Amino acid sequence: MSIWEYANPKKFIATTTPVLPWVMWGAGLCLAVGLVWGFFFTPDDYRQGSTVKIFYLHVPSAMMAINIWVMMLVTSLIWLIRRHHVSALAAKAAAPIGIVMTLMALFTGAVWGQPMWGTWWAWDPRLTSFLILFLFYLGYMALWTAIEDDDTAADLTSVLCIVGSVFAVLSRYAVNFWNQGLHQGASLSLDAEENVADVFWYPALVCIAGFVLLFVGLVILRTQTEIRLRRARALQARMTA
Amino acid sequence: MIALLRRDLALAVRAGGGFGLGLAFFLIVIVLVPFGVGPQSDLLSRIAPGILWVAALLAALLSLDRIFALDFEDGSLPLLATSPLPLEAVALVKGLAHWLTTGLPLTLAAPALGFLLHLQPGAYAFLLVSLAVGTPALSMIGTFGAALTVGLRRGGLLLSLLVLPLYIPTLIFGAEAVRRGADGFSATTALVLLGGITLGTFALLPFATAAALRVNLR
Repeated sequence: MSIWEYANPKKFIATTTPVLPWVMWGAGLCLAVGLVWGFFFTPDDYRQGSTVKIFYLHVPSAMMAINIWVMMLVTSLIWLIRRHHVSALAAKAAAPIGIVMTLMALFTGAVWGQPMWGTWWAWDPRLTSFLILFLFYLGYMALWTAIEDDDTAADLTSVLCIVGSVFAVLSRYAVNFWNQGLHQGASLSLDAEENVADVFWYPALVCIAGFVLLFVGLVILRTQTEIRLRRARALQARMTA
Repeated sequence: MIALLRRDLALAVRAGGGFGLGLAFFLIVIVLVPFGVGPQSDLLSRIAPGILWVAALLAALLSLDRIFALDFEDGSLPLLATSPLPLEAVALVKGLAHWLTTGLPLTLAAPALGFLLHLQPGAYAFLLVSLAVGTPALSMIGTFGAALTVGLRRGGLLLSLLVLPLYIPTLIFGAEAVRRGADGFSATTALVLLGGITLGTFALLPFATAAALRVNLR
């Protein structure tokens, strides 16, 4: 019994289908509890007022935006090394979710920045890095749609994902060098000194859990769809032949 | 390798089109900028480093899809792939040839265009050096992008979407070096980092390029 058994598409669908409703309901529950708790049962910040509450959407979506790219990098490597189709399809399935998370982080950041910094957009390193990340997602998805042959597309996007990861990290540091920022430091680092107060911290954790579960659920769903789509196409090809 | 480099250079010069086109495009972009932002010389001299770098980058982008497309169409790319020369070396030579036919002329032409934008007198040396150090990275990254899109019929637009985000670090350090030079600060850090990017792309990207080519030739 090894973990690679789940790379079999049939086994993957059989295992994930019963799990899926649990994940989705868990995500819904966590998001509902976290957001209601965060929006209505936490005090306003003494300087930022109620605008601080966008934090419950902004931080989890920004976290997910980066981590989804990392997940795509890992699945791309698995595809290139072990050639499990489910892995490549999971990377394909994750990209649109990642781009939505990136957009969401940018949008909520702009909505928060308008009253706080007095501007919707600043060329701050963190903001700029996210814009660059958005462009990387865009290029990645465009390459997937442009290539007709499935395996070629999976190979080329995997290579792009690896090279893109290196350049994304490079851009992050280059952008730091280029401009000093407005954005505050990490609010959720493990170093407790830097963290936000506990009243904000616990609902934020619940929200993050909700976002992670939501992502897992959506990726499972989209990967299953891709597998079924490919199966249907194979059947169609067999029928016409 | 040398023979392949010679062949590519000869093709670029004799086949016409690609060689002069990048330079002409560079000139036109630089000429268009003052029409867009107005003729005030202090404003132009302030934005000149960035504009020169962005224009050079776009001009380098213009000829990227020719790197592999012509060889792919006439069937010489599979021949190159089966030749004793490893495909990684082919990728390296292709990138080098692209630099010699676009990056190098752009570098040499840039100071002349700097006059048009009233670039600060102290910045010319930095412009020349930063372009000389940075444009090879642009060519190598572009070769990788060209290898990814070589099998596609309408790869040109996709190619720019893929390659331009990868150009960002190079652009940042390159333009920053010129800007610091123009303001009289030390530009060494930016230039060293720019050199690091160039060396890194030459060391690693040929492998990614060759991998992409192998997939496309399958």
